[in-house]
Amino acid sequence: MAILEVQDLTLRFGGLEVINELSFDVEEGSIVSLIGPNGAGKTSVFNCMTGFYKANSGDIRFLGKSLLRQAPHEITRKGMARTFQNLRLFRKMSVLENVMSGMHCRTHAGALGALLHSPGQRHEEAHIREVAEQCLDFVGILELKDRLAVTLAYGDQRRVEWARALATQPRLLLFDEPAAGLNYEEKSRLMDLIRRILSQLKISVFLIEHDMSLVMKISEKVIVIDYGRKIAEGNCLEVQADPRVIEAYLGKEDEEGN
Amino acid sequence: MAVNPLTAASAAPRTGLAGFEDRVFHFFDQPRNRLGVLGALALAALLVPQFCSKYVMEIFTNSFLYIVLCLGLNIVVGFAGLLDMGYAAFFAMGAYTSGILTSHYGWNFWLAIPPALVLAALVGIIIGVPTLRLRSDYLAIVTLGAGEIIRILARNLKALTGGPSGLIGIKRPTLFGLELNQISHYYYIFLVMVVLALLASERLEHSRLGRAWKYVRDDEDAAEAMGIHKSAIKLSAYIMGALFAGLAGCFYAAKMTAISPETFQFMQSIMILVAVVLGGMGKIAGMAVGALAMILFPEVFRTIGSMRMLVFGVILILMMMFRPQGIWPERRH
Repeated sequence: MAILEVQDLTLRFGGLEVINELSFDVEEGSIVSLIGPNGAGKTSVFNCMTGFYKANSGDIRFLGKSLLRQAPHEITRKGMARTFQNLRLFRKMSVLENVMSGMHCRTHAGALGALLHSPGQRHEEAHIREVAEQCLDFVGILELKDRLAVTLAYGDQRRVEWARALATQPRLLLFDEPAAGLNYEEKSRLMDLIRRILSQLKISVFLIEHDMSLVMKISEKVIVIDYGRKIAEGNCLEVQADPRVIEAYLGKEDEEGN
Repeated sequence: MAVNPLTAASAAPRTGLAGFEDRVFHFFDQPRNRLGVLGALALAALLVPQFCSKYVMEIFTNSFLYIVLCLGLNIVVGFAGLLDMGYAAFFAMGAYTSGILTSHYGWNFWLAIPPALVLAALVGIIIGVPTLRLRSDYLAIVTLGAGEIIRILARNLKALTGGPSGLIGIKRPTLFGLELNQISHYYYIFLVMVVLALLASERLEHSRLGRAWKYVRDDEDAAEAMGIHKSAIKLSAYIMGALFAGLAGCFYAAKMTAISPETFQFMQSIMILVAVVLGGMGKIAGMAVGALAMILFPEVFRTIGSMRMLVFGVILILMMMFRPQGIWPERRH
């Protein structure tokens, strides 16, 4: 069953067509990657899915319901979480507090509960902390929880972002170039993490990534776009053999020496 | 886990002034030390009326009022990151509502507090809703204008507010049959208000709502991606800040028995904002330090006469050049 269905999605900025009648599905319990050359519109697809951009036409259905008129926070509440291409941590807060943000949409205590320190509020606080710590443990940086997030090494800051997205307890997790800037060892740990997210947490994964070796190793399905249009879709072998993909993307990458 | 060179460097003890700061922070990181200092301060505050003149009590009462105002503005500016240049408007709403209800309509002071808080919160919503999409400098201009509107309304609604000459004859409240007409009464009442405001700030800061304010302050987009309704969160910060100022306004009106629009002019908003920035935005202890500095400095240096505001101005400029984060900032790096 498809957890996410994108149908004829079109996004224009003025006269510029950023996404052009793009359609694809993400099956529940799978790892799907979206690839394409720089400027192909990958992050724009993410931004449409998560409500940051409003698509001009087409539809995005998540768990059978349209997301087109939903605000970003409502979409997260429905079970789709994302990470950002550039680090977007809460700069003046600790690692743990950063991850606790994910639990906001799963909890309810308000000002009155906080002021009165009611038993319900304290119980909820303990629960938020517990889930956040589990998520930090899952990505392997629990021992850094009390540090100020921005003082962490780059690779660890990325892991804070992943833990934060996991703490929203999503059904589908969108990664925007998670491997960018990571070294070889960190990349292999990332691959392991993505596989564990699917196998242990039963969260489907949708990925934008430039690192072809990573994409080809973990994706069950790869969607290739160029200039906002889909040029290929299939498993890794099919996509790698597709002449249009080689022309648009893989050939180019060799020249750049990536 | 590999050693992170960034933290390894910062773990080495710093020397000089920075080292002193680290030791102070370290001292206050221990809950036992923190409680000890708080206890000593509380004891000193309780004993002030026994040993000090009415003049000193008056100064401290004013400082307490300022601490409450700073704690309220800290929620808006420090926690939620919304630059508010018209904060005196909420203070005015509290003072005028309570003043009008007790003087014109003969209400009991304590019963006048809830409507005063509701009206202050309402003004918070009225100013908050149109500014939710604005950032920093635009927001500052709109809040400045809104603050002036409240003051000009107070000037011109003569029948209700007494106009430019102000509202007089505000009734003294009574507590358990005791009429509150001594400065020592107000000293203790304002002290209780400070303790409650500190407790409320502390609890809010370490709650789901308090963290949400900071998430929105640090990165609006990331906060939204985490499922936080940023408009609702910003609005709640305005309302909470308005409640603090509204409460302070009620007790201010009762203490003064007369209020005039000039108390709530633009300069008042700026002074509260300066105290917040001086103390250290987002840090509760910083608010107490900033408010005390703001009130005590002109009194302590009364001997140098009109030069004192010049000196204060120079100190503020030097502060912003060499310690822009304030005297007691939120978190060291």
